[in-house]
Amino acid sequence: MESLDMHTALCGTGPRREDAVRELHALLLRAARFEVGRRRAALSHVRGEELDDIAMQAADDALMAVLRKLDTYRGQSRFTTWAYKFALLEAGVRLRRRAWQEREVVLEPDSWTALAERAQGPAEQAESSELLASIVEAIRDDISPHQRCVLLALAVDGVPIDVLAERLGTTRGALYKTLHDARRKLRAGVNR
Amino acid sequence: MNDTLKRLLGPEGPEIGCDECFERLDEYVDAELEAGPAAADAAIPGMAEHLDGCPACAEDHRSLRELVAAEDS
Repeated sequence: MESLDMHTALCGTGPRREDAVRELHALLLRAARFEVGRRRAALSHVRGEELDDIAMQAADDALMAVLRKLDTYRGQSRFTTWAYKFALLEAGVRLRRRAWQEREVVLEPDSWTALAERAQGPAEQAESSELLASIVEAIRDDISPHQRCVLLALAVDGVPIDVLAERLGTTRGALYKTLHDARRKLRAGVNR
Repeated sequence: MNDTLKRLLGPEGPEIGCDECFERLDEYVDAELEAGPAAADAAIPGMAEHLDGCPACAEDHRSLRELVAAEDS
């Protein structure tokens, strides 16, 4: 079924819609498996059966999301591209969370002091060392303890944003706003 | 170290947030594959900057672009 035909069928009723839903699910499962395949090397400790389950759950949830949001599709892209992004998001979030499942996320607003030590490290280039020293100063003086925790977890410790969002009971969008505001203050501090 | 500095300071220019990035990611990828990165950047200002500053959205973008390109080939 062509991309636009599938959208039309999904908006309809009866057996044609049921066929389109089945076809859409198969398409979303293919996308979720594609995402699992891309990340398989980083998840070598996870059993294949569990990864298959993750792909299936991602496809199921993506199907619900696509059907729920069908009326928001505006035709700015191919319908299949629009639908794929839901499956990739669902699979990506699940896989990032699975990769961090056994890892502790330490939120410590004072851990910036370790960065200060790196700024004085002998291996650092003088220029980046100076810049890092200004950043450390701005982290200490210009941002709130919450912004500090979020910034350090995301930008220094490499915690994936949706893993941090889940642990803090917030959303990816809200956390990125916190990160964005903290970065803006850091840049202002560095340019002072 | 330079990567750490980049992650700390983030992109310089104005950027969209994660929610708008997801809303328009399909449009951006189709434009990229059909008309090239410059056309996609012109169509959605602030998207490239966001992808530069948000590793999770950048991963989602890479996956979608690779999947659509593979389906097209």
